[in-house]
Amino acid sequence: MRRSRPGKDQSIILIYTITLQALRRPVENVKKVIIMRESAAKIDVDVDGSVFRLNASGEWRARYLGSIDAQLRHFSDESMGYDLIIDVTDVEQMDTAGAMVIQRTFLSCEQRSGGSKIIGASDLHAALLAQVMPHLDPCAIEREHPNAFLMMLNRLGRGTVNAYYAALEILSFIGFTLSKAFYVFSQPQRLRMKSIVHHMEEAGLDAVPIVGLMSFLIGAVVAFMGAKILSQFNAEIFSVELVGLAVLREFGVLLAAILIAGRSGSAYTAQIGSMKIREEIDAMETLGIDPMEVLVLPRVIALVIVLPVLAFMAAMLGLIGGGLVTWLTMDISPALFLSRTKEMIELNNFWVGIIKAPFFAFVIAVIGCFQGMQVEGSAESLGKHTTLSVVQALFLVIVIDAFFAMFFLEIDF
Amino acid sequence: MTLGGQTAENMIEVRGLKTQFDDVVIHENLDLDVRKGEIIGVVGGSGSGKSVLMRAIIGLKRPSAGVVKIFGEDYYRANEAERRAIEQRWGVLFQGGALFSSMTVAQNVMAPINEHLHLPKLLTEDIAALKISMSGLSADAGDKFPSELSGGMNKRAGIARALALDPEIVFLDEPTAGLDPIGASNFDELIVNLKESLGLTVFMVTHDLDTLHAACDRVAVLAEKRVIVCGPIEDVRNADHPWIREYFSGPRGRAAYASTVADKTGSG
Ligand SMILES: Nc1ncnc2c1ncn2[C@@H]1O[C@H](COP(=O)(O)OP(=O)(O)OP(=O)(O)O)[C@@H](O)[C@H]1O
Ligand SMILES: [Mg+2]
Repeated sequence: MRRSRPGKDQSIILIYTITLQALRRPVENVKKVIIMRESAAKIDVDVDGSVFRLNASGEWRARYLGSIDAQLRHFSDESMGYDLIIDVTDVEQMDTAGAMVIQRTFLSCEQRSGGSKIIGASDLHAALLAQVMPHLDPCAIEREHPNAFLMMLNRLGRGTVNAYYAALEILSFIGFTLSKAFYVFSQPQRLRMKSIVHHMEEAGLDAVPIVGLMSFLIGAVVAFMGAKILSQFNAEIFSVELVGLAVLREFGVLLAAILIAGRSGSAYTAQIGSMKIREEIDAMETLGIDPMEVLVLPRVIALVIVLPVLAFMAAMLGLIGGGLVTWLTMDISPALFLSRTKEMIELNNFWVGIIKAPFFAFVIAVIGCFQGMQVEGSAESLGKHTTLSVVQALFLVIVIDAFFAMFFLEIDF
Repeated sequence: MTLGGQTAENMIEVRGLKTQFDDVVIHENLDLDVRKGEIIGVVGGSGSGKSVLMRAIIGLKRPSAGVVKIFGEDYYRANEAERRAIEQRWGVLFQGGALFSSMTVAQNVMAPINEHLHLPKLLTEDIAALKISMSGLSADAGDKFPSELSGGMNKRAGIARALALDPEIVFLDEPTAGLDPIGASNFDELIVNLKESLGLTVFMVTHDLDTLHAACDRVAVLAEKRVIVCGPIEDVRNADHPWIREYFSGPRGRAAYASTVADKTGSG
């Protein structure tokens, strides 16, 4: 069962085995060293007149070659001016790596003298030596990197330029989404209701417990802090206003948006990104199915609908949390809390909060989908863009919130 | 080579295997032996369960009944150390290649070597270059990422990684699918050569009739949830089963057969 998806109870066993493995590792390594000594690949060098003899023996298999590889690499210098004879009579076992090392050594010396040869190979070993012969050229391992300082400058420059283009691309993606939205709304039969409802359930309903719990706790914390500080001025009663204002205007909606950015924004990127990697998006386009219409719009619409609802719920639970704390620590009864809230907090505070929700939702969903579309090729790219998606969404949510705050301040709402 | 505690002949023993996904049964009462040093080709229609059989043998799909033994050991009952030992002795090529997407081709091939053998860096790179070249890729493919490769190049890189540790047995899921005909016949040659010089055992799922003729010592036919025939291709070809008849006497089957007969009379 280790290889298949671990179930809930199995994950504990998994952690246990991993820990055990980690503990056991050093012992294993010790064993490996001992084995190497027993049956390693060996070489003896013999100089006889103008002939340089290299007697190979033991097991010439990949795992035993590590200890002699470096020695063989310097060998071509030592054998300068001699004929080289490699005697493989005593080699017990050889695999392709062993054959490759022998051929490589031979070739690096052969260029200087014509009398060199490999002798004593059994039929099997000769076949193996012949088989690896055409494949000795080195190959590229990874792309060359220039030195670290240049790389850093390069990255800085690239990052700056990319930031500019990324901003442009996001803007154009937003425009594209909006124009698609108008197009689809003008032909309502193109609206994918099933998909929208599905995403509303995933991003909305399934997030209710966590959003509710968090905002309840935040409401409680705000009330508690308020009580602590305001009691120094004998003004505990004002913590009702504090809770009401903070939760209704800012915390309810902001908390919901932040949680949804982490929860659904990243999910959107991962879903669309892995579809991109598996060429599903390309397939859609060639089949005349518009990914914007099928993937992006339902997600955006669903989030724009559910986030205000979540924000409303968060605000209410925040009030309840705050009310509970004021009741327990300051003996402000729920009835008093309610009537004072009603008296002091005007309704527009509530609207200020809720009005921001659809904007946040739009930004989160669009960024999530946009980053998903930017994924290319590797699993690493998917990870990078999922991170970017959450970071950018949070950043924009806060920036937009600040703009709204200034705006409402100006118009005195 | 002494292979710890196994009945000298069989690398793989499958007895009474049953696999299922929920209540869809894929294999039932399936028996199969793979002998040391042979190339066995597994054929069967699409969806007949060839890939799932391979996954069951390499420990990725736990059977719901029956026993799978590899190197004489039951992978599903082995402990962690035994499993690691087994994993060093086999190489696997998945149907989709399954290269690590964030590593270059060369790093993919080096990954199992680094994990299990801890060799010096230069030697590891030489071995990787050797395997890449042997699998038919050119040297400049080494620093490409899997997403930059063509389908056939992906397959070849997967083959190179499967052969990285010079395993005793390789599992290949449709190795020649997506290769050009020249590449495919080079592959047949490579596998046969390795079998002869290293005693490599090969478990190969394939639809390629030419490979079956050119490389496989025995052919196992998967149908009706079990192996219905297993033997040299001549025997299998004469077996009395509608799917087998259709498979070998269809136009492609006849063409492949004709060309092997021509080869044999031509060369000998
Ligand atoms: N993860 C899975 N969940 C459910 N069913 C599966 C799963 N994997 C495979 N199957 C089913 O098992 C059956 C056998 O699949 P398998 O991949 O082994 O076919 P195959 O013989 O390899 O076909 P092909 O030649 O096309 O590769 C199929 O009917 C498939 O639907
Ligand atoms: Mg398959």
